[in-house]
Amino acid sequence: MAEGGIDIRPVDQFIVKPLFGGDVVNWYTPTNVTLWMALTVLAATALMVYGARGRAVIPSRAQSMAELSYSFIYKMVEDVAGRDAIRFFPYIMTIFLFVLFANLLGLIPFAFTTTSHIAVTAVLALTVFISVTALGFVLHGAKFLKLFWVDSAPLPLRPILAVIELLSYFVRPVSHSIRLAGALMAGHAVAKVFAGFAAALGAAFFIPVLAVTALYALELLVAVIQAYVFTILSCIYLKDALHPAH
Amino acid sequence: MEGDLAAMGAYIGAGLACIGIGGAGIGVGNVAGNYLAGALRNPSAAPGQTAFLFIGIAFAEALGIFAFLVALLLMFAV
Repeated sequence: MAEGGIDIRPVDQFIVKPLFGGDVVNWYTPTNVTLWMALTVLAATALMVYGARGRAVIPSRAQSMAELSYSFIYKMVEDVAGRDAIRFFPYIMTIFLFVLFANLLGLIPFAFTTTSHIAVTAVLALTVFISVTALGFVLHGAKFLKLFWVDSAPLPLRPILAVIELLSYFVRPVSHSIRLAGALMAGHAVAKVFAGFAAALGAAFFIPVLAVTALYALELLVAVIQAYVFTILSCIYLKDALHPAH
Repeated sequence: MEGDLAAMGAYIGAGLACIGIGGAGIGVGNVAGNYLAGALRNPSAAPGQTAFLFIGIAFAEALGIFAFLVALLLMFAV
């Protein structure tokens, strides 16, 4: 791939490396993933704890950001999943803040984007999937299976629809996780490719640099929208567990 | 360039997989265009429907990302 002097390795930025040297990665080895996940948790905690510390009537900038994100997610849970889903609001809020800050911290140059790894997003999505399915069975018992039995369809169609619904139910965690990881990985790889052009073009470096600047703005948008989409899909799955009948 | 036939097939396949991204582009454009058309007809109802806009875009976009994933797998995992 290194023809013509251009040597771009767009996916090298996603390699998991141990923090303190060496090549062996065991489950307990502190890696760059560990570091950036810890920073993500720290940033989310800092926003909510430091932001809400003053409880001023006229909020500071940090407090208004904290309040804005809180009320935004609260309204989303209420609108999408219904009023009785409010007791699961802390979980949804945690997902949103974690994904949002992981995406945003990954945009810092030389940072590691934890959410660009399917392993990370798959755990997030599987947690949602398993807990929502368990919740559905706990709340409704066998009636939860009505989710797959579409009563409004004509009788001969219902078994076929049940198979389709069942398939699409089990594809959910796959698409839920790959959407987030794929969008971020694609964006970061494209940014890296354009940055590689800048290095290869020499004197005309400013053209790709301008392109990277525009791409970076787009990536900022994508980071927030993907966090939003991940959260709203979790809300939709939660709604299916709370109200399985169509 | 003396690479083997399998590598050539993987590269061609990766390029072909990118055609699928065009389908996602059509889908996302359809969702956004129809949203805008509806929003211009009835601007007062538009803010309440942005959630559905993003859900629709997300579902359409996911398939494009699957195509991109196939390309990545062919390039780096096969």
